[in-house]
Amino acid sequence: MTQPSPILELRDVTKRFVRPLDLAAKIANLFGAGLKSETVHAVDHVSLGVSDGEVVGLVGESGCGKSTLGRIVAGIHRPTTGERLWRGTAIDALPPSEQRAVELKVQMIFQDPMSSLNPRLRVSDIVGEAPVVHGVVPAAERDAYVGELLQRVGLDAAFRRRYPHQFSGGQRARIGIARALAVKPEFLVCDEAVAALDVSIQAQVLNLFMDLRRDLGLTYLFISHDLGVVEHLSDRVIIMYLGRFVEIAPTEELFRAPNHPYTKALLAEVPRLDARKRDFAPVKGEIPSPLNPPPGCHFHPRCPRATARCRAEVPALKEIAPGRWAACHLNDAR
Amino acid sequence: MTPNRPTLVVEGLRTHFFTKAGVLKAVDDVSFAVSRGRVLGLVGESGSGKTVTGFSLIGLVDPPGRVVGGSVLFKGEELVGAPEQRLRALRGNRVAMIFQDPMMTLNPVLRIDTQMIEAVQAHDPKVDRETARARARDALGRVGIPSPDERLKAYPHQFSGGMRQRVAIAIALLNHPDLVIADEPTTALDVTIQGQILYEVQKLCRDTGAALIWITHDLSVIAGLADEVCVMYAGRVVESGSVGDVLDRPLHPYTVGLIGSVPSRNRRGQKLAQIPGMTPSLLNLAPGCPFRARCARADQACAEPPPETRPVPGRTLRCFHPQSAHPGTGRAA
Ligand SMILES: Nc1ncnc2c1ncn2[C@@H]1O[C@H](COP(=O)(O)OP(=O)(O)OP(=O)(O)O)[C@@H](O)[C@H]1O
Ligand SMILES: Nc1ncnc2c1ncn2[C@@H]1O[C@H](COP(=O)(O)OP(=O)(O)OP(=O)(O)O)[C@@H](O)[C@H]1O
Ligand code: SF4
Ligand code: SF4
Ligand SMILES: [Mg+2]
Ligand SMILES: [Mg+2]
Repeated sequence: MTQPSPILELRDVTKRFVRPLDLAAKIANLFGAGLKSETVHAVDHVSLGVSDGEVVGLVGESGCGKSTLGRIVAGIHRPTTGERLWRGTAIDALPPSEQRAVELKVQMIFQDPMSSLNPRLRVSDIVGEAPVVHGVVPAAERDAYVGELLQRVGLDAAFRRRYPHQFSGGQRARIGIARALAVKPEFLVCDEAVAALDVSIQAQVLNLFMDLRRDLGLTYLFISHDLGVVEHLSDRVIIMYLGRFVEIAPTEELFRAPNHPYTKALLAEVPRLDARKRDFAPVKGEIPSPLNPPPGCHFHPRCPRATARCRAEVPALKEIAPGRWAACHLNDAR
Repeated sequence: MTPNRPTLVVEGLRTHFFTKAGVLKAVDDVSFAVSRGRVLGLVGESGSGKTVTGFSLIGLVDPPGRVVGGSVLFKGEELVGAPEQRLRALRGNRVAMIFQDPMMTLNPVLRIDTQMIEAVQAHDPKVDRETARARARDALGRVGIPSPDERLKAYPHQFSGGMRQRVAIAIALLNHPDLVIADEPTTALDVTIQGQILYEVQKLCRDTGAALIWITHDLSVIAGLADEVCVMYAGRVVESGSVGDVLDRPLHPYTVGLIGSVPSRNRRGQKLAQIPGMTPSLLNLAPGCPFRARCARADQACAEPPPETRPVPGRTLRCFHPQSAHPGTGRAA
């Protein structure tokens, strides 16, 4: 199974954040505490290629680096090291005008539809400003264009005169989507885009994403901690743990036969409608702090199959079957 | 499972908020019961009245809200209208509440041991400090906190979110309550941590025989944890029954829609069976079935409020035109 050439690619990308000392720590230092600022490896040497029209799901627990990775893909964060490519060309190598064109092709949709919409602007400005500024539509056609977009996402075109607070959560999510679509992107990064919504409203928005994919040929990176949502939408799923990819697989295969012990644990814990009055048998241990991750395999303190090697050596992400990748030493023994 | 009287019997509970904009019927004629060692799931979307129901049971509703009717019998004792002093004595003792935010239970400026010893001694002043401390240590161990002796000396901010929630649960269960009301305590937590907490809570209720009310918007959690379920919509229980019956053979169009919108219930990549429209505002809600603007089966009859019926033993329903009750109807018509 050879992948078609990717529309967007990350090559060996790392993102580090330096967390400066807070006031208490600075004061402690005056008394000789010797505290240093801390570095978080939010994303730690990951590579990723997304094909045209593909939906890639990204799953992992809080703080594992999903949003950071999403922002890098969307061009909001620059990676500390590594490269980002659009249709085979390194974006940094492009002339500035072309870089801007590429940035418009990748749009991000955020979790909280309220805080990402400016409360003082009317919907017509929220949705219509960027396409006019970037010359996607002439200013004179703005209103008609916004009306069209609102209908596209299932809202009444007359809503363009209103302000964000006049909408329900589900409607605000749709406005956020209309805003992203306004600059005619080819690639959407959805970061927990339905997490704040009620189940019945969530279903409406997920259906909209599927319609848009079909009608506009969009490509998605779909970030969610909800495995059910990711399973439903994605062609391929990436499981992330503390900044690293631990498993990548086509969706059906991942859910049928997970390889990595963390993936297995995660799938076992997902509450399911058809799993009645079950005995919960949890993964032990806390999610470790990304400030001070365990050495070797980050998962080893919680892994039922960890060995001495796991504590010392980082397992490489290896192709274990065509199109399937996992980072676990157990795969070497087979 | 002795056929004793249930631990809690709620009958026709009504809690209204008297706001400047009008009367908001947050809880409108809600009835259910939960017995020793059993888990009742209270499920519904945002604003359906789950939290206010939980608060109403133990006198935690503040003005402009007021319990305006109904009865809450806790082991035979009427709690609606009971003196605040009596309710306070029951809370944190015979009845425990676990909140979504554990800091509702924990005091940020006190060490964990101080808080737990206080909780034990408030319940039973005769217990000395050392015994109370030992009880606290055991309680932390039981909810899966490693090295509880050291952890007792920590402050809440030194714990992760999941650990804090476990400490809050340990405190809630310290005095072996007869009834635990848990309001979305795992909603903010990761799947593996949620799994750990569900495991502890399940075990503790099994071991101590506490009756548990688990409030959530997540039907899948209810499926795995609860014995009975009440589906709430717009302040009312629109359908209730055993988890198996309600999830496999839903009768109310809203329950049918809710189950249909869960992604894992659908073929991968297929359109989800969505419910059109959105939940109505409870403020000055028009009479009649509150679901009718979104309901494919609605007709003129639904302009009247549907009464609570018992279509089959063990089920309650509020709908004039329920889905027929044969298997394989877990989808919207
Ligand atoms: N701007 C920043 N400055 C410093 N640290 C950051 C910054 N953004 C993220 N981090 C840290 O990087 C790590 C990864 O964060 P990120 O938000 O990518 O996680 P996430 O997987 O999206 O988590 P969640 O599921 O909670 O949204 C965390 O430890 C976080 O604290
Ligand atoms: N103090 C208050 N004043 C006025 N209205 C209130 C108050 N508290 C709650 N309400 C209203 O009561 C209704 C029920 O709220 P409740 O918090 O019980 O919902 P819920 O089902 O717990 O929702 P969620 O899933 O969002 O927690 C809502 O319409 C809410 O706006
Ligand atoms: S490398 Fe070792 S610790 Fe890591 S997942 Fe595999 S077996 Fe477990
Ligand atoms: S009473 Fe009428 S409107 Fe309400 S759920 Fe039943 S059929 Fe639908
Ligand atoms: Mg995030
Ligand atoms: Mg609530």
